[in-house]
Amino acid sequence: MAPVVDTLRLTAVEARGLLERGEISAAELHSAYLDAIDERDGELHCFLSTVERAEGDGVPIALKDVISTKGVETTAGSKILSGYVPVFDSTVAARCKSAGLPLLGKTNLDEFAMGSSTENSAFGPTRNPWDPTRVPGGSGGGSAAAVTAGLAPWALGSDTGGSIKQPSALCGNVGLRPTYGTVSRYGVVAFASSLDQIGPVTKTVRDAALLYSIIAGRDPLDSTTAELPEPVRLPEGESLKGVRIGMPTELNEAEGIEPGVAEAVANALALAEELGAEVGECSLPRSVRYGMPCYYLIAPAEASSNLARYDGVRYGLRAQGESYQKMVERTRDMGFGDEPKRRIMLGTYALSAGYYDAFYGQAQKVRTLISEEHREALEQFDVLVSPTSPTVAFPIGERIADPLAMYLSDLLTIPSCLAGLPGLSIPCGLSEGLPVGLQLIGPQFSENVLFRVGHALEQALEFDTVPTRWRT
Amino acid sequence: MAITREEVLHAARLAWLALTDEEIDRLTPELDKILDAVGIVAELDLSDVQPTSHPLDLVNVWDDDVPRDSLSREDVLANAPALERGLFKVPTWRQ
Amino acid sequence: MIWEPVIGLEVHVHLKTRTKMFCRCRVGFGAEPNTQTCPVCLAFPGALPVVNRTAVEWTIKLGLALGCDIAEHAVFSRKNYFYFDNPKGYQISQYDLPFCISGKVILPTAEGDRVIKIVRAHLEEDAAKTVHVGGRTGRIRGAEHSIVDFNRGGTPLVEIVTAPDIRSAEEAKRFLQLLRQTIVELGISDAEMEKGTLRVDANVSVREVGSSELRTRTELKNMNSFTFVARGIDAEIARQIAVWESGAEVRQETYDFDATTGALTPHRAKEEADDYRYFPEPDLVPIEPPADLVERLRSELPEQPAARIRRLESELDLERATVLVTGGLDQLWGDAVAAGAEKIAAANVIANTIVGAGLDPAAVSAQELARLVDARERLPRAAFDEAISKLADPGFSAEPYLAQEAVSDESELEPIVARVLEASPGQVDAYRSGKEGLLGFFVGQVLKETGGKANPRVVSELIRERLDS
Repeated sequence: MAPVVDTLRLTAVEARGLLERGEISAAELHSAYLDAIDERDGELHCFLSTVERAEGDGVPIALKDVISTKGVETTAGSKILSGYVPVFDSTVAARCKSAGLPLLGKTNLDEFAMGSSTENSAFGPTRNPWDPTRVPGGSGGGSAAAVTAGLAPWALGSDTGGSIKQPSALCGNVGLRPTYGTVSRYGVVAFASSLDQIGPVTKTVRDAALLYSIIAGRDPLDSTTAELPEPVRLPEGESLKGVRIGMPTELNEAEGIEPGVAEAVANALALAEELGAEVGECSLPRSVRYGMPCYYLIAPAEASSNLARYDGVRYGLRAQGESYQKMVERTRDMGFGDEPKRRIMLGTYALSAGYYDAFYGQAQKVRTLISEEHREALEQFDVLVSPTSPTVAFPIGERIADPLAMYLSDLLTIPSCLAGLPGLSIPCGLSEGLPVGLQLIGPQFSENVLFRVGHALEQALEFDTVPTRWRT
Repeated sequence: MAITREEVLHAARLAWLALTDEEIDRLTPELDKILDAVGIVAELDLSDVQPTSHPLDLVNVWDDDVPRDSLSREDVLANAPALERGLFKVPTWRQ
Repeated sequence: MIWEPVIGLEVHVHLKTRTKMFCRCRVGFGAEPNTQTCPVCLAFPGALPVVNRTAVEWTIKLGLALGCDIAEHAVFSRKNYFYFDNPKGYQISQYDLPFCISGKVILPTAEGDRVIKIVRAHLEEDAAKTVHVGGRTGRIRGAEHSIVDFNRGGTPLVEIVTAPDIRSAEEAKRFLQLLRQTIVELGISDAEMEKGTLRVDANVSVREVGSSELRTRTELKNMNSFTFVARGIDAEIARQIAVWESGAEVRQETYDFDATTGALTPHRAKEEADDYRYFPEPDLVPIEPPADLVERLRSELPEQPAARIRRLESELDLERATVLVTGGLDQLWGDAVAAGAEKIAAANVIANTIVGAGLDPAAVSAQELARLVDARERLPRAAFDEAISKLADPGFSAEPYLAQEAVSDESELEPIVARVLEASPGQVDAYRSGKEGLLGFFVGQVLKETGGKANPRVVSELIRERLDS
């Protein structure tokens, strides 16, 4: 009989240990997760598809369904790609394969990674494992919920404006948005090219560092990638002596931050000081106020162009049409949900003749400003800290009718994304019984610093990633 | 008004989205509200600022002119909605 | 009112790199449909472009050959539109920061040098190939459906845009010939219109001579040869003049020119002009051509055709010099003359026969050519033609042919001439009533009778003597 695996608690590093010591086989481990999926995913709907056979002798992994997997359906959460089976692997999937990580399945997401709650999935929402009446966050709610619910030891997500970090915050686990350009986007269904990054979703910071080391590094198939300046270091220490932590006022005192969230973050920072960190204030004068407007011009503009290839000609859904144009127009109207439509329209408008300078052109300049402000703040501090999300997980259905309210979920994650900076979200406490995430933002290529600080804090915080309702 | 119904229609035409009347009625006020919010970027005087197209300062990323294997035709056509003799079949252009 | 044409050209040059512009699929003709494609050129979800370095270098080289400034910071941009042959829904091209700007091409003319300014040359990817099925002509009108082959999609293209400096259809043709030769000598493209590796669109408008205004212009597309381009331009100039003179206004439209019928057909009417919504390609980083690369490419440039034409002109004449240089034949001419051939005769032989015989000038032995040119008057035509056709054969020697002599003996030729003229009474009458071109027909008939051995000049004189009396 196969050894009993407590998937709710098992970390990837621990799983690797079990495999290495021969205490369990890869097939048995894979099965254990499939069993857990059978047991709990009916309620949560984290997975859009699962893979029966373990191919690889390592720790199984779940991939957000924007990540192309050869021979396995990849839908991007959209009807327009329902049934689409890629004939090639994305680079990140290939790197996982090379590392021997069996594919467990593809996780649910907001359609085309556009959203903050996973309610925009064409295949139904995912539910938060802490409270299934609430959202897991988005766009990568499936991956985050799966890791927390013990349905996968680790997962990959994609982050454009917060789609890894925010779900991790709402589900109470660790999410890394890497420095732009350190992880290949080849084969990942594109949303906003200058913002998309693939990153780990894990239970612990060490797991995140390990997974990052597997996927990161220049890819000749992606012209926007760069070599890592130094190898990834798995964090060990517990001291934060000498670490300068900055708290940007505008991020930490933004409108809409729930008191419970602010309190949890404040407590975590007090702990950081006990560990030897120096905590100080700083300012990002315009990054928060203009961050969201800037993002919601640049991202939809790039998306409107990236989504033009979905026309029913070479793959995916095709509608009836008496002419080529009618066929394409109807395919796109039928195949895209409301949020992609909104963003395509927004983006098209922002790029159109007469509006380019005021909208897209101006947003590109605002972006420069935001990068500058972050650079200046990071001259005095090693990391910047704030809540990841202004609120804890909100009820399903609460914001879906108000797009602008939904966009505000990313208020705090967006600015550093625009600057191309890495961000690590770690759980730092509970508010009203729901997880609160804290984000650590560093300069480009500072992942090792983020891991080190995150790990030390994590050890001190001792946050239990198992949802209360499943603790025995 | 940050965006009118006509402008929404125009954007839909450019984006080849056959929006229904119901969709236009629903989306127009939403887009209007969003554009109002994002339009505040115009408040800033950024005439001296360079735009950022890429977050990393990379230049001259390119490949040597050396062939790599193409996909097999089977793979190319595997997901095709309609085919004719190994080519992708589509309805033709019509005025 | 005297009208002046105002013509600008957009020339697309298909680079003969081994792989495509943004992926490493092979470029080449004749493959089975959709067998030279990959996720990138098929625009599968998640695919990303990677620049072909050789294509960039060749573009810079071409820009230098056209006298352009090379950008220090060049950017690729997305041109957004929907069409069958454009799978991404955008084409990666260049917009505000192309590789090459502000060049010029010098066209030597009898009245001095004409300068045709090059506004820009930029690099982009070609579209795929669509076949329209079910209609009568294989074109879009009347087709039932269309089928798409993506093999060609993604081939590197350089687009060269001239200023509207060209003032006649003939000038456009000469410009194109010179441009083509420039391109071919760089080794970056075969630049053949018939094969589609060179495409030309013309922008045409007219105005009053002496005015500097620019009236509405139209675009002409789908012309398959330089001659057809010239004809199309002439037809369009005539049409526009007629429109203005009738009191109407020329509308901005795109036309296809049908060379066989001479018809100008407007393209599908579009409700609104395309808004391409250009923005910098986020999946590619800028190119900053290193100074040493640009200098190396500059040092590899062959001498400018215009300069060579002017040099040759002093030894021949402008017409012959132009034909030789734009045909890539001037090197051979120089070598033949150095080997002893008479200048004009060598020019005539080379221009008239080498190209016609399909010979590669580089393979022709200049020595042997010189000997043939020398003997051309006295050799039988058949022998001469055969020798010419073999000039590119390795190890060719003119010796065996030089031994032959054309028959110049009038007493031998007289009876044959008489016979031929008797046998063609209709043509004789036609000749006598003015169709002097028939002289060639008679000469040809005599040559046929003599198996090519008659001396054409002597025959010609004999015929004239008889017919003109």
